Parts: sequence; C-alpha cells; structure tokens
Amino acid sequence: MSEKLYGLIAEFDSSAAILSAAEKVRDAGYRRWDVFSPFPVHGLDKVMGFKNSKVGWFSFVFGAGAFIGTMGMIWFMNDFDYPILIGGKPMFSVPMSVVPSYILLVLAAALGAFIGMIALNQLPRHHHPLFGKKRFALVSRDKFVLAIGAGDPKFSESETRNFLESLGGANIDLVEDKD
Amino acid sequence: MAESATNLETLAPPAELRRMEAVPNRSLGWLTDKLTAFNEGKTPLWWWILFFPAAFCAAFVLPAALIYKISVGVGVWGNNMPVMWGWDIINFVWWVGVAHAGTLISAMLFLTRQHWRNPIGRAAEAMTVFSVAMAGLYPAIHVGRSWFDWFMFPIPTYEGMWPQFRSPLMWDVFAVNTYLIVSTTFWYMGLIPDLALMRDRSKTRVKKFLYGLFALGWTGSARQWHNYEKAYLILSGLATLLVFTVSSIVGMDFATAQLAGWHETIFPFYFVAGAVTCGFGMVLVLLIPLRKLCHLEDIITMAHIDKICKMTLMMACVMGYIYAVEFFIAWYSGSPYDAWVFGHRMFGHQYWYGGWIMICINASLPQLLWIKKVRQNLPLVFIIALLLNIGMWFERFVIIVGSLYQDFLPANWGVYYPTWVDAGVFLGTLGAFFMLYLLFVRFLPMIPVSEVKAVTPQADPHRSPNEMKGAKA
Repeated sequence: MSEKLYGLIAEFDSSAAILSAAEKVRDAGYRRWDVFSPFPVHGLDKVMGFKNSKVGWFSFVFGAGAFIGTMGMIWFMNDFDYPILIGGKPMFSVPMSVVPSYILLVLAAALGAFIGMIALNQLPRHHHPLFGKKRFALVSRDKFVLAIGAGDPKFSESETRNFLESLGGANIDLVEDKD
Repeated sequence: MAESATNLETLAPPAELRRMEAVPNRSLGWLTDKLTAFNEGKTPLWWWILFFPAAFCAAFVLPAALIYKISVGVGVWGNNMPVMWGWDIINFVWWVGVAHAGTLISAMLFLTRQHWRNPIGRAAEAMTVFSVAMAGLYPAIHVGRSWFDWFMFPIPTYEGMWPQFRSPLMWDVFAVNTYLIVSTTFWYMGLIPDLALMRDRSKTRVKKFLYGLFALGWTGSARQWHNYEKAYLILSGLATLLVFTVSSIVGMDFATAQLAGWHETIFPFYFVAGAVTCGFGMVLVLLIPLRKLCHLEDIITMAHIDKICKMTLMMACVMGYIYAVEFFIAWYSGSPYDAWVFGHRMFGHQYWYGGWIMICINASLPQLLWIKKVRQNLPLVFIIALLLNIGMWFERFVIIVGSLYQDFLPANWGVYYPTWVDAGVFLGTLGAFFMLYLLFVRFLPMIPVSEVKAVTPQADPHRSPNEMKGAKA
C-alpha cells in the first residue's frame, strides 16, 4: 500500500462559478488540473485549451478502412476466389458492392468513435483516486469539482490550498492515491 | 473575442417564436432526484402487472414457437407457394420500422439541435435497440434451416463458398446487424454518465458494483466530456445515416423482385417513411402511459407529445402522398398486372380490407392531429398511435401478401392464412420487446439525466444573474 499525493480538490456550486474559477487557474499558470462536472460545461474546452478531439480520427480511419476493406473483400469473394456468373452480370461492379461497403463503413466508424472515446478517456478503469472521496459522488449530481494535480510544477500544498480558497471553492480537500 | 461577438439580445426572437423550454427550470439536485426516483423507489404494482404477461410471452411462448418451427420446418407457418413471404417478413419489416423513429428522435433531432428531444431521446433509442433485436430474429428463422444462418456471413466455409453480394437480401444481413450494433453502442454510450450517476447514488454494494462496472469508471472530467461529446456527435451522425439506409435496403429486397406491387422505384423511400410513421406511433404508445406511471409529467410534457404528434401528422401526409403515387403509377404505367394488384388491394374479394385499413388509418386518421384539442387529448392520441401501429402492420400485409397471392399466372394463385405458430412467434417478440422495455425503465434512468441537466437554464455558464433567480429549488 503505497500512498502518493494526487492533488487538491475544491467544490463549486454552479457552472458559471466553475468556469470563472477555471479561467483563474489557467491564468495562474497551472498546467495539470481538471474539472469534474455533471454535464459538459459550455466554454470549458476553450479555457482548458483542448484542441479538437481525436475521436474523429478514430472514426475516420475505422470507417475508411472498412469501406476499402469491404470493397476488396467483395471483389475477392465474388470475382477472384469463387466467381459465379449470374445473369451475365459483371463479376465485380461498384453498384453491387457499394451498399454493403457503405453499411460497414457506418458500423466501423461508429465503433471507431466509441473505441476512440474509451481509449482517449483511458476507460474502463475500476479505480480513480477521487472515488475515495465521499463528496466526489456529488459531482454526478450537482457539484462542480476543480482538481489541481500534485504533479503540477506550480503545486504546493499550502499555496494551492490558499489559491483555491481565494477562488471561492468549498470543502477543499487533499486527495491521496491509494494503490 | 467577447467584444466582437454579436449581441444576442438584439437577435432574440419574439416570445411566440421562441423554442419551448426543453426542461423545467429546476435545480440540478431536484432534477437528479426526480429522474432517478423511479429507479430507486419500490417496484410499483403496475410494473409487475405489465411485466408478468410480457415475460411469460418472452420466456415460454417465444421459445415454444421457435423450437417447434425450427425442429419441424417452415411448413408449420402459413407460408405457401405463391405467398412465400408471410407474417415472418411482415413482422420483420414492422419491427425495423418501429426502430426508425427512435433513431430519428435520438440522433437526427440531436444533430438539428432540438433541445426538447433530450428528455425523450433515450427512451426512444431503447425502443430502437429492442425492436431491431426483435426484427433481426425473423430473417434468421425465415431461412428455414436456421442452423445454416452462418452462411450469410463472410466466413470461409469448408466448400469455399462465399455470400453473394449482388442480392439486396445479403445487404440486409449487414444493414440490420449494423443497425443493431450501432444503435446499441449509441444508446450505451449515452448511458455511461448516467450509469456513473446511478453508481454514485446506489446504497447497496451489489448495485454499486453493477452500475460501476458498466459506468467504466466515468468521472465526468472535462477531458472525458470533451471526447465524449465528439463521439456522441459522430455517433448520432452515423445513426442518422442508418435511418435512411436500413429500411431502404429492406425496400430494395422487394423492389428488385419482378412482381407487380413490389417492382417500384419509390420503395426505398416508401419503406423509410412507413417505418418512421409506425415508429412515432410506438413512441407515443410507450411514452403516454410511462410519463404518467413514472410521474414524469413535468419532464415529458404535453409540449413533447404535441411535437411528436405533429411529426406523426407530417409522416402520415407523406404516407398519403406515397399511396396516391402508387395507385396513380399503377394506372398510368398501363401495366395490366399492376392495375390488377392495385385494384384488388381495395376491391379484391380476398384481402380488400387490408387496403382500406391502410388508407383509412395510416393516411387519414392522423389528419385528426391537425386539431389542437385532439393533440391535447392523451387518451385519443394514444388510441390513434395504437391504431397507427396496427395500420402500418396491415400496410406490410397488403404489400407482401396482397402482391404475392395473385401473381402473373392465375394457375399459381393461392391464399394465405397464418397459423398459430406465426401468431406465437409474433406474440413472443411483442412480449420480449415489452419485457426488455420494462426492465430498462425499471433499472436504468429512462430520461438522460446528464443531457437534461445540460439544457437547463442554470447549466449555461454565460447566462445573466437575473435569469438565475427564476430557478425553483
């Protein structure tokens, strides 16, 4: 059982409060921090400096791969490996193969988006240091939590605590990572 | 940035043009308690009363009919030589149709930023998932030798044979399975934040473990939401595509056949429109009782019912147009076979009632929804919606049986009567659908809590402090 420090958390009551607090955390020069909220807070992406999510790339690569792969598969099966002449129709043509390829594009792109979301969010995980805090369960209800990580170069237990207090955060708490 | 932004207040539309309030202006805590109350409360009596017959059909009637059918063969159904597609394909098309409105509400209205869709999105998507599962059963047992179903997938067999991709029936295999997987993924992903909510709220260890297992360790961090929102957007875009592909491919199954009454270019569009009409009927049939039984009148308001009614009305008008086009083309084409089939739809001596049910219910009855008083009368809307489901079922009966029983050679003509096995399978799938739906309503938040919270006035961090005061505790 090694215990290391995860960071400091502070609670806020509204999306407006958390947004203005986040702006101040950013302006104070912190880099390793995160916000936990019951729903996506509008404008937070910009404050936290997120670039366009990479989920779209997962979706694109999966979808494009499936489209090309299915076209190739149909050509292989119906033209190359076991050609059967039906009504004098061509062994391989775009109209016969574009529909299944398109459908599998949708399937793979959808799974790609889901897998991308899971992978980028590093899910599934059965443990998170914050789950140890009783009050963290309120995040999914109506609380907004700001966490500043102990790994942040600017982090210092007392100064960061004072800083969070100055932002108006309530129930400021030290979180330890129990492995 | 902020200075250059347009002043939104000058652009605000007049009150009568403003969108309806998506959700009641209540505090986040109130909404959370309200929306999870049914999952956390005691199981009410009505739930058991509805659950037992549904579970009986799913657990006994369906397996009995299936085992009998699979072990004896397709002959136990009413299918015969001219009418080789019977109730099995009718029910398949009907179930796929029911699914479509769910995707339309959950995905297409999301893309068009209709915030009022948020409270009903998940209930509609659940309807999609369960009804596609029911639909998928029918082709699998219709093939006769169900143990060869795997021939339909591109798996190398010992004979080196491959699926034949020139057939729309083959496309259907991919379309329906894709629809099931994509709508399940979309539905499940939408559930993840709410599963985390249920995990955080549950009091027993078992519940905490189970909800926690499926919540995948969701914390609700800004990074997670960032990726989640993107994935949700992409998934809804892809699911919207499926609204237009699945039923249109089902339509192509028919349109490629050289049969009067099937061989029509309007079929893909016809099937999509019919599917959505039928699905809206099912949404109303499910939501009108559930909002009352689960005490969600504040969340699924009369305004929601009103909007769904209006969309149903629009689709009914589209159906009326399609029926008119079909009859017109049957006459205008000059084909004696088309004229025969369409004449017999309405005035034949065997299945004339199907054509009248189709036109009277699907195209005409919903016209009552033009009247506001009708849209506000819940029992009446419920009855119209229920009849619409039945009417749409008869439409498929008319298309399938009505076109098959009298084909080109009078010597081939025959009639079709379903057997008890046909009825058993249908009753079983109805039971399984309602059983799954009741379980969903009982154990999962039927209303997407996080999505509802996200569209409350107080969720907007940029609102003016004056608006905040309107929120009730």
